[in-house]
Amino acid sequence: MSSVAPDILVLGTPPAARGDNHGAQAPAAAILPGAHSYSSISEKISGIVLTAHAARWWMIAFAACSALTLVFFGAIGYLFYTGVGIWGLNIPVVWAFDITNYVWWIAIAMSGTFISAALHLTRQPWGASISRFAEAMTVFALVIAGMFPIIHLGRPWFFYWLAPYPNVMGLWPQWRSPLVWDFFAILAYLLLSLMFWYLGLIPDFATLRDRARGRGRQIIYGLLALGWRGEARHWQRRQSAHLLLAALAVPLVVSVHSVVGLDFATGNTPGWHSTIFPPFFVAGAMFSGFAMAMTIVVLLRRAFDLGEFITERHLDNLAKLILAMGLVLAYSYVMELFMAWYSADRYEIYTALNRMRGPYAPVYWSLIFCVVVVPQLLWSRRVRHAPWVLFGISILINVGMWLERFMLIVTSTHRDFLPSAWGMFYPTVWDWAILAGSIGFFGWMLLLFVRFVPLISMWEMRELLSHQQGAS
Amino acid sequence: MKPDASAHGLLAEFSSPAALLHAARAAHGAGYRQLEAYAPMPVEGLVEALGSADERLPRLALVGAIVGGVGIFALQWWSVTVDYPLNVGGRTPAWPGLIPATFEMTVLGAALAIFFGVLLRSRLPRLYHPVFNDAGFAAASSDRFFLCIEAADPHYDALQTRDFLEGLQPLRVSQVDA
Repeated sequence: MSSVAPDILVLGTPPAARGDNHGAQAPAAAILPGAHSYSSISEKISGIVLTAHAARWWMIAFAACSALTLVFFGAIGYLFYTGVGIWGLNIPVVWAFDITNYVWWIAIAMSGTFISAALHLTRQPWGASISRFAEAMTVFALVIAGMFPIIHLGRPWFFYWLAPYPNVMGLWPQWRSPLVWDFFAILAYLLLSLMFWYLGLIPDFATLRDRARGRGRQIIYGLLALGWRGEARHWQRRQSAHLLLAALAVPLVVSVHSVVGLDFATGNTPGWHSTIFPPFFVAGAMFSGFAMAMTIVVLLRRAFDLGEFITERHLDNLAKLILAMGLVLAYSYVMELFMAWYSADRYEIYTALNRMRGPYAPVYWSLIFCVVVVPQLLWSRRVRHAPWVLFGISILINVGMWLERFMLIVTSTHRDFLPSAWGMFYPTVWDWAILAGSIGFFGWMLLLFVRFVPLISMWEMRELLSHQQGAS
Repeated sequence: MKPDASAHGLLAEFSSPAALLHAARAAHGAGYRQLEAYAPMPVEGLVEALGSADERLPRLALVGAIVGGVGIFALQWWSVTVDYPLNVGGRTPAWPGLIPATFEMTVLGAALAIFFGVLLRSRLPRLYHPVFNDAGFAAASSDRFFLCIEAADPHYDALQTRDFLEGLQPLRVSQVDA
């Protein structure tokens, strides 16, 4: 660890020579590593949470997200009352926005825990300041993702039949069904992500407990901190657990999204029945998750003036990860087309061509633009150091990734083997309401998180500082 | 000041992890064993300075993984071969289809064992602890480092131990009430 230490807070040194000119950041000299002490770290980060009144922008954003959250649950309530007929799907397209949203959200959920686990395992100290909200992003996106397989069921009130338990019907789940695999994958990933997140939060809750002024906050943060007092052996166990959970999280992430890929690959529908799907889905998940992390990091960095903890080097590194994953994904698209041709299967070939030339061709070409063309801008160093350009790119990538899942799901089913059974899918207002509502609900949870939970790990920042001071 | 019988121990406050590490080594070297160090972040080598590290978590994780993996595989195998044999199109159950759930539950079993292992072995949650009686201890979660020599230690002596701690150049030394 100490071999990388000197570099750690040098992250704080902005590339002044290139003249970074993004808004309200302090001039280069003020962001030097020496600017922070243990107490100023606690003060700055816990100050965001412990202020009595939320900022004006927060209130406005929270009102908007609350409205969308109501739309989300209102639409789900109407869905449960009426049935999936309120959506535009029908035979032959029986999966549309529901499963598109599911795959999109679970992909966003993939990268948060992965970012913090993989960066921890590979001893990349820059990960410390983005890991907390990346993990939060995972938990929130996973909560939403987990709702879609339930609401897409014809009889959602029986969703618990997925769980194996002794019952009077004498039945067990169909263990070979990808839906059952999904159940276990989401369950494991959600619980592991929550535990990983919470183990990191306990020491920070203790800091909030000790710094809070109001009695109510002292009690709530005190309960959440579980009586943490920073004992040396507790720290040592916590660190050991962090390493072990990180080592478990990385293969788990890969397995969870592979299972999502198998949801499709186990069907014999043209365009789905392909062994490339599990790794292809994992790459897509990393890609869209990194992009969502970028979206959030740019917003939070600006909103809370966190340029000293989340530096341009963080953005630069994240942008490079996006670019690398984007290339893997572009390769997967090429391989998909190659395999369609190489299979010599007329249905596979037709599906590939239909995606490019059929009625959904605009979706295909939009996604190619958003997912393959736009990320190539990240080769430029200037782009990687311009937060708002990165923000725009990350939004486009996530739009593109949503379109990709829509394309994969809808074009494969709308024209499969029998031309007499072909059909089209058109979304209804309820499809759009649930998509927009889910985004609002995600923002709602994220806003509550930044208001009540430290969005950067304070103890990890102190640890970085101590390595920095120890090395100098 | 209250008599010694009601004391939890003596608490010395330091301003840096290096000073705490030095003090912990000195106290352990002086024969004190009922020692505890408190810091606002993990300090490398501190646990070793106090005694020995807890190496149990990896083994707990292994136990959790075995329980989770073997448990779910056994449940699947038993349910499809003994309790309700499924024969779909002449295909009797094969083990590869049982692997995804087995893998996920192996990881989950290990993760649960780790999470609860940390808490139980650290005896958390424990909302009350005598060190919280010290008025300045709140800084242990922000920017101060503490070493506590507990009254239960056989070498503990209210005056001599205080002198010993003062010799380590702390910011202050104070008695913690039990």
